[in-house]
Amino acid sequence: MPISIDQKILREIIMDHYSHPSHKNKPVNENEYFKVEMNSASCIDDLFIYLKVKDDIIVDALFDGIACTISTASTDILCDLLISKTKREALYIIEQYQNMIFEKPYDEECIGELIAFINTHKQASRIKCATLGSEGFKKLLENNEDEK
Amino acid sequence: MLDPIKIRKDFPMYKNNPNIVYLDNAATTFKPYSVIDECNRYYLSETANAHRGDYDLAYKVDIAVDSVREKVAKFINSKKIEVVFTSGASMSMNMIAYGYGNKYLTSDDEILLTEAEHASNVLPWFKVSEVTGAKIKYIPLTKEGRLTIDNLKKVLNEKTRIVSIAQVTNVLGYIVDIKEIAKYVHENSNAIVVCDGAQSVPHMKIDVKDLDCDFLVFSGHKLCGPTGIGVLYGKYNLLQKMEPLMSGGGDNAKFDMCGNVAYLEPPAKFEAGTMNLAGIYGLGGAIDYLMNIGMNNIEEYERYLRKYAINKLKTLQNLIIYNENAETGIITLNVKGVFSQDEASYLNSKGICVRSGEHCAKLLKDRLGASGTVRVSLYFYNTVEDIDKLCLALKNGGDFLDAYFN
Repeated sequence: MPISIDQKILREIIMDHYSHPSHKNKPVNENEYFKVEMNSASCIDDLFIYLKVKDDIIVDALFDGIACTISTASTDILCDLLISKTKREALYIIEQYQNMIFEKPYDEECIGELIAFINTHKQASRIKCATLGSEGFKKLLENNEDEK
Repeated sequence: MLDPIKIRKDFPMYKNNPNIVYLDNAATTFKPYSVIDECNRYYLSETANAHRGDYDLAYKVDIAVDSVREKVAKFINSKKIEVVFTSGASMSMNMIAYGYGNKYLTSDDEILLTEAEHASNVLPWFKVSEVTGAKIKYIPLTKEGRLTIDNLKKVLNEKTRIVSIAQVTNVLGYIVDIKEIAKYVHENSNAIVVCDGAQSVPHMKIDVKDLDCDFLVFSGHKLCGPTGIGVLYGKYNLLQKMEPLMSGGGDNAKFDMCGNVAYLEPPAKFEAGTMNLAGIYGLGGAIDYLMNIGMNNIEEYERYLRKYAINKLKTLQNLIIYNENAETGIITLNVKGVFSQDEASYLNSKGICVRSGEHCAKLLKDRLGASGTVRVSLYFYNTVEDIDKLCLALKNGGDFLDAYFN
């Protein structure tokens, strides 16, 4: 981890997005959103991920469901990052974030507060939690060429 | 009282993981050397298929399988011919559902379960309901989550054909009085009683004659045996009536091109295909091991350890304990304000193995008022030191993100 990043701040980032997520909502007009359910056999995390795209720009990203701290916080931060990006930019951010999780070289510039999850590899059982949301967004971005 | 320190010397997992605090015994258990040796005996010096006694080696395997069947029968006080080898409790339960439920139930019939049942004692009955139209009803539990005879009386009627319940439920750990329930069910209905023994058989003396349940299922791996081996016990007349779920080699006497088949008598009727022979050897080793310690000693020690754990856990202010009054080694809790999986991951970072989530009892979450819980489950090789380490970790359990940053 870069020496400049204080662990206390990283903890606060995670706890803040877990306790007070800004994007943990069901959309009012659900039919305007792409939607995917993400769950895992190894835990009870069960998230619905919502994405609204217009003119190749992500205009809204939301999620809802039951999830642990790590998956809730990482998904909420991702929503922050993806909104107002193009689909290509969004996929790039997701790729860089997942590179960090899997200990590959990554572009730190673009992942913002997701840096808080830099230690995930130390607890192998949390990799799934840390990537549940990003996998959901990836699925929606890759499988839906049309706009909504 | 038994000495867990001495007992641990029998388990290679403790030699190879000296600092492990393993408290997930409701999921699976460690195996003593003697069980591993028994599995190896099959692989190292007695490899041959059963039912093929033309040569000495194959004959030896037949004798070994037969002797383990005898051991199981003695272990649960049944007849030898009432013991069917399966892959585990889930398989056994599916065999009853498909082989008995699907064959004999109709849309006029009812199946009674409880909300606390494990998926393996719920989903097979959903299938029966789908196929036959039989209705599934739930025996209400008390506020505490217990199954009582009074509540059974409210729902048992002339339509009830199956009452399928766990003797010890895997989340709340209460002991259900199967004997009392079986007596009431048999006297007041035409129903059979199916007993899920996955969480009870490893921990207490079981006598199927005394309980008078019609079927009992359990797994080998939860009682120090190998994975992939389990038992289906059934009263012999019911086993005769029941259809095999699987058919094939080894379960039939003859068949012809017109499709006529003469199945062998139980238990062979239910044991088509080459069985998990090494698993059967190992199961025999596990039963020997447990009987040598004594099931009453195991139960006594687990009660002592549970009491110690509850008393100590209760001193922690940050916990919610969901089954303080249960009798068995299953303790279900949450650290206030912490998602169960976050807590389990934190405990993992302290070398403590527990399970979080719904524990395959997905109907129970509304009753508990929690979407997930942390389950601590004990066995006779756990020690007071294990409990002390757990309590120490839980004390700081609110700081669960430590696991993420240290």
